Amino acid sequence: MFNLFKYSSPASFYPLAGRLAVGFGIASVILLVIGLYMSFFVAPTDYKQGEGYRIMFIHVPAAWMSMWIYVVMACFAAAGMIWNTRLSSMMASSLAPTGAMFTFVALWTGALWGKPMWGAWWVWDARLTSELILLFLYVGFMALESAIDDPRRAARASGLLALVGVINVPIIYYSVQWWNTLHQGSSIKVVDGGIEASMSEIMLWTLLVMTFACWFYAVAVSLSRVRSTILERESDAVWVKALLKERKA
Amino acid sequence: MKSRHKRMVFIAVGLAALAGAVGLIMNALNSNINHFFSPTEVQADAAPKDRSFRLGGLVEVGSIKREDDGLTVHFRVTDNAEVVPVIYTGILPDLFREGEGVVAQGNITSDGVFMADEVLAKHDETYMPPEVADALAKAELAKAEAKAAETTGAANIQTPVKIQEGI
Repeated sequence: MFNLFKYSSPASFYPLAGRLAVGFGIASVILLVIGLYMSFFVAPTDYKQGEGYRIMFIHVPAAWMSMWIYVVMACFAAAGMIWNTRLSSMMASSLAPTGAMFTFVALWTGALWGKPMWGAWWVWDARLTSELILLFLYVGFMALESAIDDPRRAARASGLLALVGVINVPIIYYSVQWWNTLHQGSSIKVVDGGIEASMSEIMLWTLLVMTFACWFYAVAVSLSRVRSTILERESDAVWVKALLKERKA
Repeated sequence: MKSRHKRMVFIAVGLAALAGAVGLIMNALNSNINHFFSPTEVQADAAPKDRSFRLGGLVEVGSIKREDDGLTVHFRVTDNAEVVPVIYTGILPDLFREGEGVVAQGNITSDGVFMADEVLAKHDETYMPPEVADALAKAELAKAEAKAAETTGAANIQTPVKIQEGI
């Protein structure tokens, strides 16, 4: 049987992460090419926003990823606290920069979209404000972690911040329902177990392809980042020394 | 004080501070985030006279007039009950259209004209190709005509109208 705990040891996870990173990286590039082609040439013009709505195909996946990566990061942080596994906290810290990047992309493309459509780069509405707080949480997580020298204490402190910050994710997601926001509501809703989308089918498919491209990119990049972290933190381990000797030879 | 007690106090204070911060943020969001006054409230003198506020509603159909400088726009905001005239100088958002939602920030003058500093358009979460929008509008029209024919009783035979619901 596949033993998950075998891969919770950095030594056995290191080569697996390398193989997975390559696989997800290639899949991400392929999906990105298809997704961008669909975004620009296949998806139809919108009846109200014209061509400008196409920024949605990067804005929405980036926003989804910013929230999803935060949840995954918090789960790794929690796992690291509960089982005291070194790899979990390394995974959490490898996800943070990618999550922060997607949050920034979501805010930036949102500003570019907001200016022509709403007439403002930025408004202090609940959706935008809570997404900005998410960016601060990511930055705070990274700053706190790098401010403490001992990796185990750093992981505990930053992990606590990651867990407390999870409360912000449902606030972002439901902000458009709870408050009267300038930001429009969700176009894709889960209704009675099915998915209902207030956009044409081809637009939805384009959005899904772009989402998976971003998702796979996030997996590939965080896995290759965690490989560097493993080598750095385990530099005294026998297997790392053996690996280095092998590389040099 | 034992170190365990110290830790507990520390955690309790931390949680209380966090709860306070979240409460304050929620409160600030509730009272500030795009809360706007409707034309009815403005006409009933519920809106502040001495400071700027937001006016929200629909752009009245047929009310948009541009001055010769090409930048100053006169229009009326309605909530289908009352109407407030608005003057704005500047670039309007793409989605500023007659019959669509709008939120304007500005002051009201003593003669009841709203001088806007900023005009924001609000749009919904629906996206579709223009052909589908046309088809939906036609179906809507056919439905309305069928209903009108029914109510007037001009014809008792129901005209079969195919209506495309959703996409």
